[in-house]
Amino acid sequence: MTAALDASPPAAAVNALARRHRLRPLEALPWLAATAAFFVFPDYLPLGAQILINILFALSVDLILGYAGIATLGQAAFFGAGAYTAGLLAAHGWGEPISGLVIAGLVAGIIGLLSGAVILRTRSLTLLMLTLMIAVMLQEAANKAGSITGGADGLQGMSVWQVLGLFRFDLFGRTAYLYCLALLFLGWLAARQLVHSPFGRSLTGIRENEARMHAIGSPVFRRRLVIYAISAVMAGVAGALLAQTTQFVALEVLSFERSGSVLIMLIIGGVGRLYGAFIGVPLYMIAQDRFAQADPVYWDFWIGLLLIIVVLFARTGVLGLFEQLLRRWSPRR
Amino acid sequence: MSAALETKGLCKSFGALTVANGIDFRLERGARHALIGPNGAGKTTFVNLVTGALSPSAGRILLGDSDVTLLPQAQRVKRGLARTFQINTLFRGLSVLENVCLAIGERLDVAGDMHRPAGSNRTLMDEAYDALETLGLADDALRPVRELAYGRQRLVELAVSLALKPKVLLLDEPAAGVPSPESSVIIDIIESLPADIALLIIEHDMDLVFRLAKRITVLVQGEILVEGTPQEIAADPRVREVYLGEGAHR
Repeated sequence: MTAALDASPPAAAVNALARRHRLRPLEALPWLAATAAFFVFPDYLPLGAQILINILFALSVDLILGYAGIATLGQAAFFGAGAYTAGLLAAHGWGEPISGLVIAGLVAGIIGLLSGAVILRTRSLTLLMLTLMIAVMLQEAANKAGSITGGADGLQGMSVWQVLGLFRFDLFGRTAYLYCLALLFLGWLAARQLVHSPFGRSLTGIRENEARMHAIGSPVFRRRLVIYAISAVMAGVAGALLAQTTQFVALEVLSFERSGSVLIMLIIGGVGRLYGAFIGVPLYMIAQDRFAQADPVYWDFWIGLLLIIVVLFARTGVLGLFEQLLRRWSPRR
Repeated sequence: MSAALETKGLCKSFGALTVANGIDFRLERGARHALIGPNGAGKTTFVNLVTGALSPSAGRILLGDSDVTLLPQAQRVKRGLARTFQINTLFRGLSVLENVCLAIGERLDVAGDMHRPAGSNRTLMDEAYDALETLGLADDALRPVRELAYGRQRLVELAVSLALKPKVLLLDEPAAGVPSPESSVIIDIIESLPADIALLIIEHDMDLVFRLAKRITVLVQGEILVEGTPQEIAADPRVREVYLGEGAHR
């Protein structure tokens, strides 16, 4: 209170920085849309749940790529690790979903910590290749360990209990959708707090200029490792959600295609903006769904065309384009 | 009393190429010291060895009383060693204010905090803003660094390092690439730095060196050729030969 009476008024620049983490009305939009979708499209809830899961997965990629500047082609390693952990728990008599998610997240996080401790000593293309290799190795291990994972046939016989002992996973996917929505909301809250924290700001410093971060005394390696592990936990939870809501785990959860497509979805939406995942994932997956129905044979072609258009005309993703337009129309400058 | 910074027998080779050859160097507390030498003399390598960006092949580095030879960069910074870069090395996509905030956050050891928003730390941001006002950068506080003219970016380069409140500051060609009216702003700022900061200025520009430095070390091919006061250096025939004005002889 007394600060307001201070002789020199607080600088406008400082105020602007101090306000940045405040919630804006626009940020309610994804949640309103997701809630509305539940009522408006009751027949599409399984697709909706997939979208929500992939948003969480893409958000995990955004944390490392968009904020810390760590490019990855192997995020499916953690998604898959989470999916198999939750799947194996449920297939071997522990179908309690929430604790399943927690354990899956922990397992994925530990894998992230261990692999990150090795590969994060490298940079750029070398690092990109190593992230890919970790995922390939995990997928091959899961394939080889067929007696445990079911190998190429997939993991079967999962039995997931009621959520909180109250809500059965129903045939229409209502519970699954709301369960995924709740977890995405928690993941978003955590990610939002993280990117606005001093830790998150220091990650953007690493992204912008690693040499300078070293020169101002930042423990760069540790920061990168911590966010890599956090991102792995988030990806693991996303994978576990997929396993629990579909009651099945296939080798595909560890595949290069999954790592690659989540990256594409994030890039479409916009990297390093927290909301890129919320735009890119629905856009990509709904387009994929529509194209697949309209043209069951060649739908990949149309997806490719869409991607080219987005990349050509919105290099910083749909959100980036939106920001540019907003800046152009705004009265000042 | 121990020096602010000292190197003993510092060596660095890349394969057969020796870029630092037994450098014994002392930077006194509160010194205004310049390191000069022709292109390729190993000046920037010396800075990189001292800061820990490179590890030496042999020799020791002392910061005050402690041996920091094996410490990573970040630990040396925590002990009061800061540097600026010859080529702007900034967080280009972030605002000027935030560039300085990041440095202050690391100095105060709050940069690893995940629980509170960065924007809730008013004292930190006010300190950053005050620093910008001192350097005449306040008007650009919210602009991304990449939108600033090169000379202004050069000031940010200084601001980020000064925010660390160093005991030893290595200035790698602080006015490089800056047109002269703006470079005099930079020189004024360096001249007005607190007397207890030991400054080592790596420089090409002789006017700047003679204006700022009380002592000069001449580095040639990874070795110290001579060290002395500006007058001694200006009068030294060996220095004239290798460095100052080859044209003056002809």
